[in-house]
Amino acid sequence: MYAQMVKSTGTGLKSADEMSAEERAFQARIDAGEKIEPKDWMPEGYRKTLIRQIGQHAHSEIVGQLPEGNWITRAPTLERKAILLAKVQDEAGHGLYLYCAAETLGVSRDEMTEMLLDGRMKYSSIFNYPTLTWADMGAVGWLVDGAAIMNQVPLQRTSFGPYSRAMIRVCKEESFHQRQGFDIMMKMAQGTPQQKAMAQDALNRFWYPALMMFGPSDKDSVHSAQSMAWKIKMNTNDELRQKFVDQTVPQAEYLGLTVPDENLTWNEEKGGYDFSEPDWEEFFEVIKGNGPCNTDRLAARNKAWDDGAWVREGMMAHAEKKRARKMAAE
Amino acid sequence: MAREAAFYEFLLRMGDNTLILGHRVSEWCGHAPVLEEDIALANTALDLIGQTQMWLGLAAEVQGAGKTADDLAFLRDAWDFRNLLLVEMPNGDFGQTLMRQFLFDAWHVLQLRALTASSDARVAAIAAKSVKEATYHLERSAETVVGLGDGTAESHARMQAALDYLYPYVGEMFLSDAVDAALVEAGIAPDPASLRADYDDTLARVLGEATLTLPEARRARGGGRDGKMHTEHLGHLLTTMQWMQRAYPGATW
Repeated sequence: MYAQMVKSTGTGLKSADEMSAEERAFQARIDAGEKIEPKDWMPEGYRKTLIRQIGQHAHSEIVGQLPEGNWITRAPTLERKAILLAKVQDEAGHGLYLYCAAETLGVSRDEMTEMLLDGRMKYSSIFNYPTLTWADMGAVGWLVDGAAIMNQVPLQRTSFGPYSRAMIRVCKEESFHQRQGFDIMMKMAQGTPQQKAMAQDALNRFWYPALMMFGPSDKDSVHSAQSMAWKIKMNTNDELRQKFVDQTVPQAEYLGLTVPDENLTWNEEKGGYDFSEPDWEEFFEVIKGNGPCNTDRLAARNKAWDDGAWVREGMMAHAEKKRARKMAAE
Repeated sequence: MAREAAFYEFLLRMGDNTLILGHRVSEWCGHAPVLEEDIALANTALDLIGQTQMWLGLAAEVQGAGKTADDLAFLRDAWDFRNLLLVEMPNGDFGQTLMRQFLFDAWHVLQLRALTASSDARVAAIAAKSVKEATYHLERSAETVVGLGDGTAESHARMQAALDYLYPYVGEMFLSDAVDAALVEAGIAPDPASLRADYDDTLARVLGEATLTLPEARRARGGGRDGKMHTEHLGHLLTTMQWMQRAYPGATW
């Protein structure tokens, strides 16, 4: 998942006594595992939080095309180029169904796009890191898509019907993305010394940013309780991060690569790894817009949108002319 | 010209067209005017790269020097490329990209349709698979050319400028040389000139609907399909495309 620090609008979790009758009935439906559909009554906070979360996820798919697009023209083989193109095409498709899911909540895709472009809405911090070598295409698939899947699989059971259905479609494709990333890493880890060095360097640069994808530690995650009660969020940030580390460390070992964390140790008692926290100060800076690529990413999206204005206007004008001609002929 | 040598040249012509155009289209990734276009452009590029794998795969087989499609794509120099000049022209704005696509697709569909009846079964099979994709590409590029040509004053002017800029490169599709003569003789491929009338019909129909004016015929700019004189643009494209293979020779990816 590509949503981090999504603000919920409530003033905190309400007890059943504090809820209105409608809110109680709504919560009861969620607790019973029912899906909420767009025409159903829902608290304003639920609607707004979902718009933020789904919108942020959609924007991440769109901005996420850029770091990978950076390597499509330099892909080392025809097959790798085709796979990467297919992956980026899938991501744009994910963006499309997520925007559609958000639109059922009463916000248009254009409105959400404007909010992305002027910085009112966010996208995942991970896409503000540069892709510097071909190994980064491996690391992005393996770690970034791996972390995303960790979050998206449980979201298939989320309470909002259109979001849940979008996630089911997204998850089917994401596992292919992760496999192709791991496959790139494997080829490089078993390749020449230069290739292996590139693979290690990519892991070094993407490890902590990947851990940040799950959002801040639970103790600092102020919006989680309400979102979890609403089943917009299914697990806590720390639970998912732990699961990700436990899954990924053996994969790194298999590749013969070293996770860049001196404190990484297996903890028999908890049945998982102990590991170092990412630099949260860096995370908050990236979220604020001060990451390595924030300026360039937003500038690229703004340029695409501005340069494309005449195309969108031209197409609209043509559709309007066609409609008028059809009316005149009838 | 010896049949095998001509056949190899022909396969390069087909494969290099799709390789270079696929590369150009892929440069759009993440920068299209609207999300649906990002998806459509990636899809077009993907189809073209897939076709490249088939054409250059067969070329490598026919060449018989133990090479692969990747060797041909990433390790030949500019003068070895046999694509039409049209496909190496820069993307320009979205209008120029789609006009280039339309001018190519309109030819590509005719060429592939003819090739489905090739005397070489392998060529016929690749053509049969590719023609479905190319037909869809043409539908989409023609629709876009019409929409933007007959859109706003600005979109019309941009599409007319794109047509004026690219039209001199159209004539190369219909030039014939010794390679073509050998292929026609062997029943492998059609005489390029034989496709011209149908091509002109498609252009007249689509450009008419788009309210665009075909520029006056000028001397066809050639040099791509015979490799005699590519544009300056190709070298830059190859610099990007071939960089990894050349920087790390012999590595597998």
